[in-house]
Amino acid sequence: MSLDPSFVGRTYPPTAPYLVGREKIREFATAVGATDPAHHDPEAARALGHPDVVAPPTFPVIVTMAANQQIVDDPALGVDYSRVVHGDQRFAYTRPVVAGDELVCVNVIEDVSSRGGHGFLTTRTDVSTVAGEPVVAVWSKIVVRREEA
Amino acid sequence: MELPVQTFRVTRADLVRYAGASGDFNPIHWSDRTATGVGLPGVIAHGMFTMALVGRAVAGWAGAPDAVVDFGVRFTRPVVVPDTDEGTEIEVAAVVKEVTEAGLTRLDITATCRGEKVLSQARALIRTPR
Repeated sequence: MSLDPSFVGRTYPPTAPYLVGREKIREFATAVGATDPAHHDPEAARALGHPDVVAPPTFPVIVTMAANQQIVDDPALGVDYSRVVHGDQRFAYTRPVVAGDELVCVNVIEDVSSRGGHGFLTTRTDVSTVAGEPVVAVWSKIVVRREEA
Repeated sequence: MELPVQTFRVTRADLVRYAGASGDFNPIHWSDRTATGVGLPGVIAHGMFTMALVGRAVAGWAGAPDAVVDFGVRFTRPVVVPDTDEGTEIEVAAVVKEVTEAGLTRLDITATCRGEKVLSQARALIRTPR
């Protein structure tokens, strides 16, 4: 499917803050089998210099995937979500996410292209605290598969 | 330098638990009917679940839960998870590409399922283990 390349460079308004809960980090860590005590026990996290339990590296996708709905639900861009597959994913951390963080996402469309009838959309989501401290930049590339004739 | 291979078993129960914890309820990760309806061989793992397992492997090699500075992958092949007690297995291997003077280590990572690569361009930058 064809996506409008004029969307490259578009920045979306900041999302409502996401409060990172200690139990959410524990639940996510358990779901991915991350047993290190720093994901579960605040004392173990503090021993590593963090204020509360530390999220596993891919945890921010919970926040950014929700934030990216701004883009995939944008009727002007016209992504058919039933045809979306995940292409690439990258996280560049200023610091790990910890329980108690209140995170705000700003979405930017970095690239839009079409090849072989498939659409490709690369977004960068800058995740920072409500106080403006950068935490992690998250890139996601999705492929919108062409419709079969 | 090659790092020790780490192996992760993946069952349907893991996918259900990951769906709940992550909020990704796409039915191709739990419904064979939906998965085969869109041309997949069957239920597949969330790409982000595979990436999370690779993240565990990276943390294991780093020897710390908070050592990852940069982490990226490309999803190239779906991980099909049969509805059996055994499910399937993902093998994660890595080589050290570079150790910088700034105290960082660059890893090139390989993830395979049933002998086939499921990721490409999988790389992590970690704080060098002490």
